[in-house]
Amino acid sequence: MSALARETIVLNMGPHHPSTHGVLRLMVELEGEVILHTEPVIGYLHTGFEKEMETRTYHQNIVFPPRIEYLATMIEEHAYVLAVEKLLGIRPPRRAEVIRVILAELSRIASHLVWLGTSAIDVNVTSLLMYCFNDRERILDIFELVSGQRMMHGYMRIGGLQWDVPGGFPERVGQVIDEIPRRLDEYEGLLTDNLIWRERTEGVAVLSREDAIRFGCTGPIGRGSGLNYDVRKAFPYGGYEEYAFDVPLGRHGDAYDRYLVRMEEMRQACRIIRQALERLEPGAVLVDDRKVALPPRRELVRSMEAVIHQFKLVSEGIHPPAGEVYAAVESPRGEKGYYIVSDGSNQPLRVRVRSPSFNNLQALPVMIFRNYVADVVVAIASIDIILGDVDR
Amino acid sequence: MTDSRLDEVARLFLGLADAELRFRDELTLVISRERILDALTRAREHGFAVLTDLTAVDRHPGEPRFEVVYLLTSLDPPARLRLRAPVPGIDPHLPTAVEVYPAANWLEREVFDMFGIRFAGHPDLKRILMPDDWEGHPLRKDFPLVEEPVQFFGHVPKPPSAIIPKTPPRQP
Repeated sequence: MSALARETIVLNMGPHHPSTHGVLRLMVELEGEVILHTEPVIGYLHTGFEKEMETRTYHQNIVFPPRIEYLATMIEEHAYVLAVEKLLGIRPPRRAEVIRVILAELSRIASHLVWLGTSAIDVNVTSLLMYCFNDRERILDIFELVSGQRMMHGYMRIGGLQWDVPGGFPERVGQVIDEIPRRLDEYEGLLTDNLIWRERTEGVAVLSREDAIRFGCTGPIGRGSGLNYDVRKAFPYGGYEEYAFDVPLGRHGDAYDRYLVRMEEMRQACRIIRQALERLEPGAVLVDDRKVALPPRRELVRSMEAVIHQFKLVSEGIHPPAGEVYAAVESPRGEKGYYIVSDGSNQPLRVRVRSPSFNNLQALPVMIFRNYVADVVVAIASIDIILGDVDR
Repeated sequence: MTDSRLDEVARLFLGLADAELRFRDELTLVISRERILDALTRAREHGFAVLTDLTAVDRHPGEPRFEVVYLLTSLDPPARLRLRAPVPGIDPHLPTAVEVYPAANWLEREVFDMFGIRFAGHPDLKRILMPDDWEGHPLRKDFPLVEEPVQFFGHVPKPPSAIIPKTPPRQP
């Protein structure tokens, strides 16, 4: 009997399993129901975005970021254009920065809502999913209003935005952010004191603050473990230094703390959007630099110079100075950065996507060590990985 | 980051860095691969607790061909530092940083997978994103960007006509 009890089994989870939120394979070594060792196997969604981006011009590459991480699309575009703008040494007009902040924070709410709905369904709280998707749809309607697309917008431009937002935009955003906190109260009423939810998440997938630092975990994972690091506060970008908001921190580093952190982040995002709407003043949304941004349509019929600029920008693209930059934003999953090396030509020599999900997933074996196998589902849900972002 | 703060960070690495580059308020230190572990250890001791990113750049056909780039972050006070180690194109290898920063484990595997740079002393250096039997290293500049056949193991995909057989049109 004793020899039998010591035996371990290796369980293969995935790559196709609804609770992995994508295609992730886990090889789990079990002793009874207790996990001894985990090895995540990734790469099933590898599409070679970095290689593709090295063969296209800076402007053409704007379409890739929202496809890498398909839940927080506006934040992805923001990260990429910020990196190119840093490389060029330009700053977009104020109105463009304010609109970017509004869209990025809306994107954060939309992404967290998907997380909330899907992770609730993982522990069998099935009613929440459709409520969350319904609210998210209101936000996607706003994205469609400004860019014409629900998800793969391509709305941000190097040096600003594609075009100005249509009339009625502030009112539509105002309606949504008035509605969201009320809805969040409802969802918290369903979950925060829900016996099943607390039993399944409290004390599960615990990550200490030291381990979060060792594995480079950022975002709600790091903050749930009490690591006070938010890119918006530590390295402000795109005008975030002007906004007042709090960074929620957890104490226990378990799945329940991550849930609380994300709920508070959504409320803080509403707070930022409210401040941004007050700062929305009329003005240009694209830099007035003909070597970077396309000339306005009305100039093309009058000026030969504008036609030449348009032709050069569309056919050849921008030539940034040689150098290397790293620009990071706070995505719903953590620090999302673009590291771009330029050799002075119109195509980047190297584009590296620093993805938060990759680093956060690396800490999974530490989180679920000595937990039960049923908790793996909760752990994966609490990390909120996007496999497109892990594999790129 | 201000210039004085950059000076302060650069001064920590006196005697280790071969060159110092500043571009858009970012500090990059060029460090030979023999001394990169010392530099990483010193960085961690002086507050750069997080290895945010580890990647490589292929400057083919230039020489030294590769650069391995470490992006380090200090949480309090917030600061960033980039260390860059040149690696020759023939037999590219470096000592592993897993002992100093455990986050380097997967990141080094990715660099090995994509560039074929080996990290001596790495506990489990194998491919991470590409299939295990893949040939070549995709992010090298001499790896062509071409269409790949779809990968199916142990199974030849059927053409659509084999799944739904074509039948003659029904007679009225």
